[in-house]
Amino acid sequence: MSALRESLGFLTSRLRQVGIFVALILIVLLFQGLTGGILLQPQNVTNLVVQNSYILILAIGMVMVIIAGHIDLSVGSVAGFIGAVAGVMIVHWGWPWWAAIPACLLVGALVGAWQGYWIAYVGIPAFIVTLAGMLIFRGLTLITLRNQQITPFPAELRALGGGFLPDISGGTSVLEWLTVILGVGATAALLIQAFKERRIRRKFDLESEPLVWFIIKTAFTSLLMLIITFLLASYRGTPIVLVVLAALVIAYTALMNNSVFGRHTYAIGGNLHAAELSGIKTKAVTFRLFVNMGVLAALAGLVFTARLNSAQPAGGTGFELDSIAAAFIGGAAVTGGIGTVAGAMIGGLIMGVLNNGMSILGLGTDYQQLIKGLVLLVAVGFDIFNKNRSGGGGGIGKRFKLKTSPPPAEEKPAPASNETVEAGRK
Amino acid sequence: MNTPILQMRGITKTFPGVKALQDVTLDVNRGEVHAICGENGAGKSTLMKVLSGVYPHNTFDGEILFENEPCNFSSISDSEKRGIVIIHQELALSPFLSIAENIYLGNEQATNGWVDWRKTNLEAARLLARVGLDENPVTPVQHISVGKQQLVEIAKALSKEVKLLILDEPTAALNDEDSGHLLDLILHLKGQGVTSIIISHKLNEIRKVADAVTIIRDGKTIETLRLDEGQITQERIIRGMVGRDLESLYPEREPNIGDEVLRIEDWSVRHPQDHSRMVVRNANLHVRKGEVVGLAGLMGAGRTELAMSVFGRTYGTTVSGKVYKYGEEINTSTVSEAIRHGIAYATEDRKHYGLNLIEDIRRNISLAALRKLAKRGFVDKNQETVVANGYRKSMNIKAPSVAAITGKLSGGNQQKVVLSKWMFSDPDVLILDEPTRGIDVGAKFEIYTIIAKLAAEGKAVIVISSELPELLGICDRIYTLAAGHITGEVPIAEATQETLMHYMTKEKE
Repeated sequence: MSALRESLGFLTSRLRQVGIFVALILIVLLFQGLTGGILLQPQNVTNLVVQNSYILILAIGMVMVIIAGHIDLSVGSVAGFIGAVAGVMIVHWGWPWWAAIPACLLVGALVGAWQGYWIAYVGIPAFIVTLAGMLIFRGLTLITLRNQQITPFPAELRALGGGFLPDISGGTSVLEWLTVILGVGATAALLIQAFKERRIRRKFDLESEPLVWFIIKTAFTSLLMLIITFLLASYRGTPIVLVVLAALVIAYTALMNNSVFGRHTYAIGGNLHAAELSGIKTKAVTFRLFVNMGVLAALAGLVFTARLNSAQPAGGTGFELDSIAAAFIGGAAVTGGIGTVAGAMIGGLIMGVLNNGMSILGLGTDYQQLIKGLVLLVAVGFDIFNKNRSGGGGGIGKRFKLKTSPPPAEEKPAPASNETVEAGRK
Repeated sequence: MNTPILQMRGITKTFPGVKALQDVTLDVNRGEVHAICGENGAGKSTLMKVLSGVYPHNTFDGEILFENEPCNFSSISDSEKRGIVIIHQELALSPFLSIAENIYLGNEQATNGWVDWRKTNLEAARLLARVGLDENPVTPVQHISVGKQQLVEIAKALSKEVKLLILDEPTAALNDEDSGHLLDLILHLKGQGVTSIIISHKLNEIRKVADAVTIIRDGKTIETLRLDEGQITQERIIRGMVGRDLESLYPEREPNIGDEVLRIEDWSVRHPQDHSRMVVRNANLHVRKGEVVGLAGLMGAGRTELAMSVFGRTYGTTVSGKVYKYGEEINTSTVSEAIRHGIAYATEDRKHYGLNLIEDIRRNISLAALRKLAKRGFVDKNQETVVANGYRKSMNIKAPSVAAITGKLSGGNQQKVVLSKWMFSDPDVLILDEPTRGIDVGAKFEIYTIIAKLAAEGKAVIVISSELPELLGICDRIYTLAAGHITGEVPIAEATQETLMHYMTKEKE
């Protein structure tokens, strides 16, 4: 068995994981060409991050809800509602930002608890409850705002949407050094983590990833992070919302992969009855997922309001669709049980780059929607195709995880470690 | 008399990396009942899929002759046109449609595109009479029992002018009475000239109906045994299937029984939807340390319902009753309470209630006791892998690694994962519901060995099973249930199939 064939076999077994990366890169390159290099200009990269941050925040909660086998159609309205609440608290009532932000997150949690109650404890399907929520919270947004926008917000809140970490070089340097330090540090941490995990997998004989692919993947990801660092550093530095987002991604990835709560979420989505009969309090888990979704929707609403510097009656419209699309493009399964936070982030970035690139090109929302719809269809269609081809439930691709599709034959011992060594020698 | 209706020659079917069938030969004579035996994964179902056109004719090698004419089926409808109808293990009926609609599904009795309901229902009634099913053809299928649904499937086959009927494990989900009826029907149809191929694990059924038995092992034909040559015996079939003589079907075991662990008193359960129906009535039972207790009963007697209602009230509404452990009353009203009190319940339906089929072995084993592996809410994955690897070795789970997806394992290995999961929750009482259902002979022996080992470790084990020889082979004491009542408690020394069946059919007032 040649190392090349081994690598190819591995890549086909993770076609979707590889595919989504390649798709993102191709889309970036395509628009980089079409826009004549505007897409990857430092200022535009910064814009891209800030513009998409609230969709990405929503996509984190959304992918968790989808993993558990539910859906949330109300997040756009909830985000709009929280924007309105923030407007009333800060502008009308004069609350300081440090009191208003936790208060808004609490309101988000209450909204989530309301919906979670109907879904988890009464047993109404999430589709119905959140469809109702979509209407209810849009209505409440309009009522709260009395159909008028609220503006302006104080600078401290606006920083959440458009602010940057302080420039420690005092604006004299070409590169913003704090960003460079953070970026290089994060890259190093990622590398250390990747090697550590690989070592553990090898120790337990669970490694299926050929060394070549591991090196390519890790090197590529690191390079990508460094490029983004460089681009951000040569404009205005690190957006505050990126720090928030990075913290959320790290925390929620750990939560979904390693915590009891995360495991229970996957178990519920994978087989609700089996989870119940294993002593998992399925209702409590579902309830908490929606409370969490409410908090994240509130945060997204705050970021969006801060960025626009105004709470608007139509704020957040359509966010639910973008975040659901991000989760599914990122490989979450419609039937639940499969999906990752990292996947949803990549899905969200694909949507974001499409939005941004097409806007630069001057394409109207008509064509933007058309193309985004087709991308969603193709991405999920590819999943189904891939699943049928591999003939198993796991084929949908649990990306960014351990090996997924062992051969169906039972007697075959897995020469996993040998293969890795072999692949490494060539 | 012995004219062949079907000849399959040199059938070879490969899947990527696996040779599922290798040079398989099958000869079926007109008007006979031909059984196909083999362990799970031997290739029986694949062979039937080749025959019925599920795998189109150009995806395998070899030739098929039906009524002396070569067959090149490219879909199921091709084979049905020739009169070959397959009834799958999982019934393919639409629950909300009526019996008649199901019978004529895809073959509607219509004129000019409009369904002729009179004809549909009349013809359906005629077919129902032929299979001996006394039901109104307009009854929705979801309202009749699984046994009757099986008969509807056969009526559907008859509506297609079937010449060769293929039944894949037809009695797997049926109770003894329905099974008996079904087997009689197969013999009855044989009298009317319908040839049948029956795939079954149940050797006593095969002995009852089969004129010939073809044994398949590891994708190859081992031999065809013929009744008229006196070759069909249980020993011979088992030897052919496993490739060795099983000295004993059950492991030797020296019971070491201690004090009472669990006692259930006056346990009564109502049906979850129909509250006027009592599913379990005033049941009393107990199990002791190191003891294996059997729970025998016909389908619908309330065995699973009893077990599940005790295990966190996952079935029905408990109206009365108490559970004691070591003489003290315990609360088992939720699954997590039951698990906390050291009770484990391994379900009869692995795929729907036992496993997360899209997850790997490791995460399935840890699921019921995840907190044992967690510190401050976060799971120690290394420890988890060590634990799962331990069970993979000790339970002999055949899989490339603990990262293998459970949905891709065979039934026997899936069952071992379920058992590992509950063993890891470290229970004092294990309730095993049909632990060997759908598992081949070799793996059954392994499961029995595990049960014996659990008892030897001092666990109290309750085994629910529809196979009486199995209960007689592994239990120390057997309770019988009939219509929700416990009708008998038989020590193993006095238990025979006849006495058990006597109690199982005894109706209390």
